[in-house]
Amino acid sequence: MTEKLALEGVEKSFGENRVLTGIDLAVQEHEVVCLIGASGSGKSTLLRCVNLIEPIDAGRIVLSGNRISGPGVNHNDVRRRIGIVFQAFNLFPHMSVLQNVTLAQQRVLGRSRSQAEARAHELLDRFGVGDKHGEYPDRLSGGQQQRVAIVRALAMDPELMLLDEVTSALDPELVGEVLEVIRELAAAGMTMVIATHEMAFARDIASRVCFLDDGVILEQGPPDQIFTAPHEPRTQQFLQRIVAAGRL
Amino acid sequence: MASKGDRRAGPEVAGRSSKLLGGWRAGDGRRGVGIALASTVVFFTVLVVVVTHSPGWPEVRKTFFDWGEFTSSFPEIGRAFLLNVKIFCISEALILVFALLLAVIRSLPGPVFFPLRALAIAYTDFFRGVPTILVIAILGLGAPALQLSWVPTSTTFWGVVSLTLIYSAYVSEVYRAGIESVHPSQEVAARSLGLTRAQGLRHVILPQAVRRVIPPLLNDFIGLQKDTSLVSILGAIEAFNQSEIDVNATFNFTPYLAAAALFVAISIPLARFNDCLAARDRRARELQGVR
Repeated sequence: MTEKLALEGVEKSFGENRVLTGIDLAVQEHEVVCLIGASGSGKSTLLRCVNLIEPIDAGRIVLSGNRISGPGVNHNDVRRRIGIVFQAFNLFPHMSVLQNVTLAQQRVLGRSRSQAEARAHELLDRFGVGDKHGEYPDRLSGGQQQRVAIVRALAMDPELMLLDEVTSALDPELVGEVLEVIRELAAAGMTMVIATHEMAFARDIASRVCFLDDGVILEQGPPDQIFTAPHEPRTQQFLQRIVAAGRL
Repeated sequence: MASKGDRRAGPEVAGRSSKLLGGWRAGDGRRGVGIALASTVVFFTVLVVVVTHSPGWPEVRKTFFDWGEFTSSFPEIGRAFLLNVKIFCISEALILVFALLLAVIRSLPGPVFFPLRALAIAYTDFFRGVPTILVIAILGLGAPALQLSWVPTSTTFWGVVSLTLIYSAYVSEVYRAGIESVHPSQEVAARSLGLTRAQGLRHVILPQAVRRVIPPLLNDFIGLQKDTSLVSILGAIEAFNQSEIDVNATFNFTPYLAAAALFVAISIPLARFNDCLAARDRRARELQGVR
């Protein structure tokens, strides 16, 4: 197994607010790592730092053996290799589904229009939104929009996918269809780091679960251990609250 | 963003109140139309009675409302008006491009671009502050006076340059408002796919920004088409100057009204077109749910 992503002592503050206070995390190829933790624990910030949306204050981030944090890094090249999907979909509202999926393929990867469209159709069909290729995003349901957003990221053939609470903005009945897509990606061997509040899903899909608390990974391990026998009192408290809320 | 389904459900577009009719619902129907008609008739009757019974009316009617003067001066003023239209069209095309450039410069992030940003800000501050007529006078009279062989002396040229400089300052602010109205998450999404800042701007941000500011853009252009008459101070024979010539020849002011009629004839369709676009935009937004 080769190491796909490594974070070493990553720190990030927004002004006075220290969001990440020392993150160490290694992700192997084909691994699915789920980040859990309360809102504000730093899950989203961690993903945004990996995709270089936010510059880090200290530490190192390594992708496939190459340092991608700090000076002298081509951000566009790194982002091309890492796909990210957001909670609010962030589709381009002035473009059709097909244009959303082909834009970066053509402009960044230099694929021809027909190549890009072929790849787009293939992925849209695979994830059940093939018939929507001519529609504009506002004509789609939330679940369909999120599937298109996943396809848009996948069309770049990324080495690593980052999913940032991709089901949190969805109506409950639409969550399943998006989780199904992620499950299929995991089965196909995609390396993924997933920030999620869907504990049952994390337990089901993750090769490893990391519990974030106060800007550090307080505890990590196989899902069965984390969810049934967490070592840390803070992890126990967090999971008790989740159970009390009926989410596990 | 919560469920979209319920938001999309049936906005009452058809029953939407019209601004012109002061905001009644379609249900008020016939009675409302009757009241509007009656109050309009009363208003204009009173106005006409007051004006035509004023002590100076016979004199004003002769000097401002002489039909013979109107018809005889109109063709020549109409021809001169083509110069206004020409200045308007050329300036508009240049403004659309130049103002966009200014707006993009002002939106450049980071300390590296500070000098450029500062320059663009100084530019917009300056040209929004100086009266149009002064810019036209200074450039149009000053630049040719340098007597440099490569500097054009055409009044049309300097009229176009002045109007472009001034209106670009206004229009760039309109563009900038549009750029800032596009949610930052759109740029994040574009950059996260590996698009460069310039590619994100061109394919993601600007298309959305420009679409949102078309009504205020058109509004500025309605102002521009009037201001073409200021080029007259350089001596260009456009509609106002031509009417001035006619007035001076006959001591009758009716040619002014002929010129005014031409400007209004252009601006009214522009204004209505603008309303249509705004209404279409509003309907589209209602159908989508507010973002």
